[in-house]
Amino acid sequence: MTASEANAPERLEVVPARAGTSGVAGRGGRTGVRESAPYTPWLFLTPYLVLFIGFVIVPVIYGLWISLHDYDYTLPGKPFVGIDNYVNLFTSDSVSAGPFWTSMRATGIFTLFSVPLLLVVPLGVALVMHQRFPGRNIFRAVYFAPYVLGVAVVAVLWRFLLDRNIGVVNHYLGVIGLPDQTPWLTSIPEAWVALVGVTVWWTLGFNAVIYLAGLQDIPGELYEAAKIDGANAWQSFRHVTLPGLRPVLSFVTMITIIASANMFGQSFLMTQGQPGTQTRTVIYQIAETGLRGFNMGDAAAMSYVLTFVLMLLSVGVFRLFQERS
Amino acid sequence: MSTQTIEPGTPRTSTRPDAPRPVRRGRGRLALRYVVLIVLALIFISPLLFMLVTSFKSRIEAAGIPPTWIPKNPTLDAYRTILDSPGTPVLRWFANSMIAATANAALVVATSALAAYPLARMSFRGKRIVFGLIIATLFVPPVILVIPNYLIVGDLKWLDTLVAVIVPSAASAFGVFFLRQFFLSLPRELEEAARLDGANSFQTFFRVILPLSRPALVTLALLAFLTNYNDFLWPVYVLFSPESQTLPAGLSTLQSANSVRYDLLMAGAVIASVPVLIAFVLLQRFIIEGVSRSGLKG
Repeated sequence: MTASEANAPERLEVVPARAGTSGVAGRGGRTGVRESAPYTPWLFLTPYLVLFIGFVIVPVIYGLWISLHDYDYTLPGKPFVGIDNYVNLFTSDSVSAGPFWTSMRATGIFTLFSVPLLLVVPLGVALVMHQRFPGRNIFRAVYFAPYVLGVAVVAVLWRFLLDRNIGVVNHYLGVIGLPDQTPWLTSIPEAWVALVGVTVWWTLGFNAVIYLAGLQDIPGELYEAAKIDGANAWQSFRHVTLPGLRPVLSFVTMITIIASANMFGQSFLMTQGQPGTQTRTVIYQIAETGLRGFNMGDAAAMSYVLTFVLMLLSVGVFRLFQERS
Repeated sequence: MSTQTIEPGTPRTSTRPDAPRPVRRGRGRLALRYVVLIVLALIFISPLLFMLVTSFKSRIEAAGIPPTWIPKNPTLDAYRTILDSPGTPVLRWFANSMIAATANAALVVATSALAAYPLARMSFRGKRIVFGLIIATLFVPPVILVIPNYLIVGDLKWLDTLVAVIVPSAASAFGVFFLRQFFLSLPRELEEAARLDGANSFQTFFRVILPLSRPALVTLALLAFLTNYNDFLWPVYVLFSPESQTLPAGLSTLQSANSVRYDLLMAGAVIASVPVLIAFVLLQRFIIEGVSRSGLKG
């Protein structure tokens, strides 16, 4: 392929954009333009592709290969075992199945309770912030602030606030006459309330900011038209805001499910998986199996099963929002 | 100041004089709104205030009930203790975190910008495959990369070094996507002019495109910095010696070593929070707009 061939489509692409302005002159002047070589795009792409292939593409394939082996990092032999690691995950009396499904259940519970809250509460915040009033940006920044802190800070802080004996949460609950000895971090279901609540506090601002951008893209005329038609606040929310937000809503739903399904730090630092391993999430289990226990074959198989489940879930969410259109 | 401050990205239609203006509805309602908002905002950030306050308390006061919101005898003991302890070299962690996050952000911005330019502006064989592959990995859960990357990083002798937290996560599919969208929004005329003046692709990129893209580059750099600075799982497992850890991994070490010394833990958490909170206060516009724009791709 010659240089001129390589550049031909690019030139054609340019013309419509310039039509009506200086299209003709632009074309005439082209003879003086230096053509770039066919390898030029690849020169630009090389640094990125080195990282991308080395640390994304190769690992995805390598991980699959690991999952087909009895891969113990600390042992010299890593025999090929076919799909045994996967079969074990679905065999109830195997060593890996019990912890894996307990952790899948933990992740499932967390996702089930955190996602609805993380979809609804930030929407409420965004609706309030969408109205114009002086100081709005300051409030927006306050609600977003916890998100810029890492999960380590958030979890270490809340383990203190939720301490059964000296934590301020129990103290103030006692002050207003509620039980003041709640074991927020060591008992079920209290631990789920704590983990979900802290996560909502931490990431609410992130979803709210995305909603806010979506709200700003809904044309004001639609609200005026709804008003003229006699719609009340609820009706205009139901028939203008929600449909207008649909693309943003489907995006937020998707990333929130993925984020919740990937929960790790809160459980690792706040509850340490307690009681027992009941709040140990699947990411926590995969990390412990692979990077502490060095059973990398099992851990890799777990990560592929999780990915498969997440893909099914994503397709489901996508379908749900498609059908509503 | 006008109450009708318009932000970039706000549709013009809402600036029309007949657009709803709740502000005018009445002073009482406005005051009520502020009271509610201020109370809620205070409750919302009170955990962070309590973290700061506790870090200046003595060991006993930090564990005391009822909690005090103003330390009786403010002290820097907690900071002194964690800064002096050889098992928890907090200053070293701070330096490690800053170095890692800065280097990672620089690498993300440089490689993403270079890659996004041909994907936005040139046509070449394989472009669709490359772009499709990059976008597809936006949907790959990061956990799938953890085990293989641990082995790859091990083979490269990077375990327990900062390189392990700088390089592997620098292949940012989001960065390429984000900058490509931005480059597509730039007018082509300027590049055409540069080309007519005899500039080659690289000169056009460095002298025309990059200067025009400064806001997008700053936004991406900030988001990459924050992500790396706050990353937790990967550093916890790939950095083991105390002196090679980053702040989030170090906080985990600090918590295991002093699980009930909340004065020390809060001092550590404050040190980890200060850089990002300062960056947020100064540059929140870039951060918030970067996040809100990320939602519009859906």
